Amino acid sequence: MERYIRPLDRRITVICGHYGSGKTELAVNLAMMLAGTDHGYERLAVVDLDIINPYFRSREQRKLLEDAGVGVYGSAYRGEITAELPALGADIRAPLEDADCRVLIDAGGNDSGAIVLNQFGKYFTPENTRMLAVVNANRPDTRDFAGAVEQIAAIEAVTGLKAEGIVNNTHLLRETDAATILKGHRLCEEICEKTGRVLWCDCYPEPVVRREELEGLPYRMPLKLYMRPTWLDVKI
Amino acid sequence: MSEKVLMKGNEAFAEAAIRGGCRFYFGYPITPQSEIPEYMSRELPKRGGTFLQAESELGAINAAYGAGAAGGNVFISSSSPGIALMQEGVSFLCSAEVPVVMLNVSRGGPGIGGIQPGQADYYQVTRGGGNGDYRVPVFAPSSIQEGVDLIYEAPVLADEWRNPIMLLADGMLGQMMEPVVLPEQRPFAESADIRAKKPWALKGYGDSDKNKAVVKSLRMQPDDLEAHVEKLFAKYREAEKALVRWESEGLEDADVVFVAFGTVARLTKEAIEILASQGVKAGLIRPISLWPFPYQAFDEISPKTKVVISTELSMGQMIEDVKVGVNGRYPVELIHRTGGIVPTSLEVAEKAREILAKI
Repeated sequence: MERYIRPLDRRITVICGHYGSGKTELAVNLAMMLAGTDHGYERLAVVDLDIINPYFRSREQRKLLEDAGVGVYGSAYRGEITAELPALGADIRAPLEDADCRVLIDAGGNDSGAIVLNQFGKYFTPENTRMLAVVNANRPDTRDFAGAVEQIAAIEAVTGLKAEGIVNNTHLLRETDAATILKGHRLCEEICEKTGRVLWCDCYPEPVVRREELEGLPYRMPLKLYMRPTWLDVKI
Repeated sequence: MSEKVLMKGNEAFAEAAIRGGCRFYFGYPITPQSEIPEYMSRELPKRGGTFLQAESELGAINAAYGAGAAGGNVFISSSSPGIALMQEGVSFLCSAEVPVVMLNVSRGGPGIGGIQPGQADYYQVTRGGGNGDYRVPVFAPSSIQEGVDLIYEAPVLADEWRNPIMLLADGMLGQMMEPVVLPEQRPFAESADIRAKKPWALKGYGDSDKNKAVVKSLRMQPDDLEAHVEKLFAKYREAEKALVRWESEGLEDADVVFVAFGTVARLTKEAIEILASQGVKAGLIRPISLWPFPYQAFDEISPKTKVVISTELSMGQMIEDVKVGVNGRYPVELIHRTGGIVPTSLEVAEKAREILAKI
């Protein structure tokens, strides 16, 4: 079977990146992709550490994920998806301590959002954790090599973790075309070559780009737009 | 024209204000618009502007009053309860005819309310929470691009009309992301420009009384105050004609006509598509200016239309203007959610069918 993404070869995958790069959409998609498959562990959990963004958080998809058998951990106020209190539940430690649980961590944006990872730092050993940095070359702050690397370096500086993997998530929502993704691919390749990282996958929004259009890219990860109601893309 | 970038509403609105020539920003953080002061604190100083975090929204609006009175192009933003705190200042700005661009990224209320999107500030922005006879032109974008374009235009309008201009974008528009094209930078006004273009501004005219400028809202003589208010209203009557904006579609043969602004107009458009697939013809009036309200749009509705539905994220505030526009020609109904809940387009379509079934 063709792989969508380079193997997630460690138990904990931390998804970090610039604010608005698409971390949450990737985390939810990865969880839905892995759910019900043999992903190497007995359990699967998404941990939402985004305490900056007031809207569009992965815990909003709690029902979708839980129905698929994915544990969802995040705010201390389970039902209160809209609470803006930066409070995280103590039960977040459960999946992190559970050696039989695969964990996908949706970190907050930028260094200021990723700093929340630090309180769980003891779980992030090199043996069991891999951090992936999501890059969208259409975001103004990460549109070129210098900007994208600056963001990654800032996240690494505050967390002490290295983003060994890069995820190209360059898109313009439903206006994305293959050229958009290829532009991002080139930027991510440059980042990988010059800073010693590995391109983990190239994402494409499934509703608007066809897989064949990205022939030649090694790992093509289709994304469903779980976080985006369709009416947000109604033309005005 | 620059290339498309993917931006969050709040970031794009802040950038549009800078590019529109707003050199001064005074603000205080409040969800769901805190990305705006954050963006301004980072960008404005780099680009020759001034960012000030005020001690409260009261401080922000009064700093805006001061900088605007000195002829500067000022942008301020807040969210519902913060805009409520600013209302006294808005009244003063209108009386003193000081141009300022204001943005309300609105959330659920009343009181401190919640942080999810709301439109229950319709009365606040169109009727004003401040004292006295005054009016504020209000524009409500339905997309981030439209918000960018309106904010870019707003400093020009504010200067032209010597009045605050209000933008109302609900929290969804502030928080969502969308591809946008940003306009070119309009140069910041320098002192010489201000002196030439704004003779009323407090620019320090020396000891001579000849060109002395006074910016004030205090008028103790009743005949003086009456004449001043009459003058303001002559201006507002002109603004009503010049600034009214709307879009409409499908009015010629609609069974049902929706009236919706902001993000609600977007989901209503999807509801209209759902209804079309079910054989129900639906049209839309989308007010872009909330004051002046596009009453004239309602004259285009077909005599065959069975009902006009105001669709709102409030208990029904715009519906009062809808009733004025309809003027007894059609039944007027309301589809709404409040408290920060955004209905789905399916929900709007179903409720519209229920309403139609009863008529």
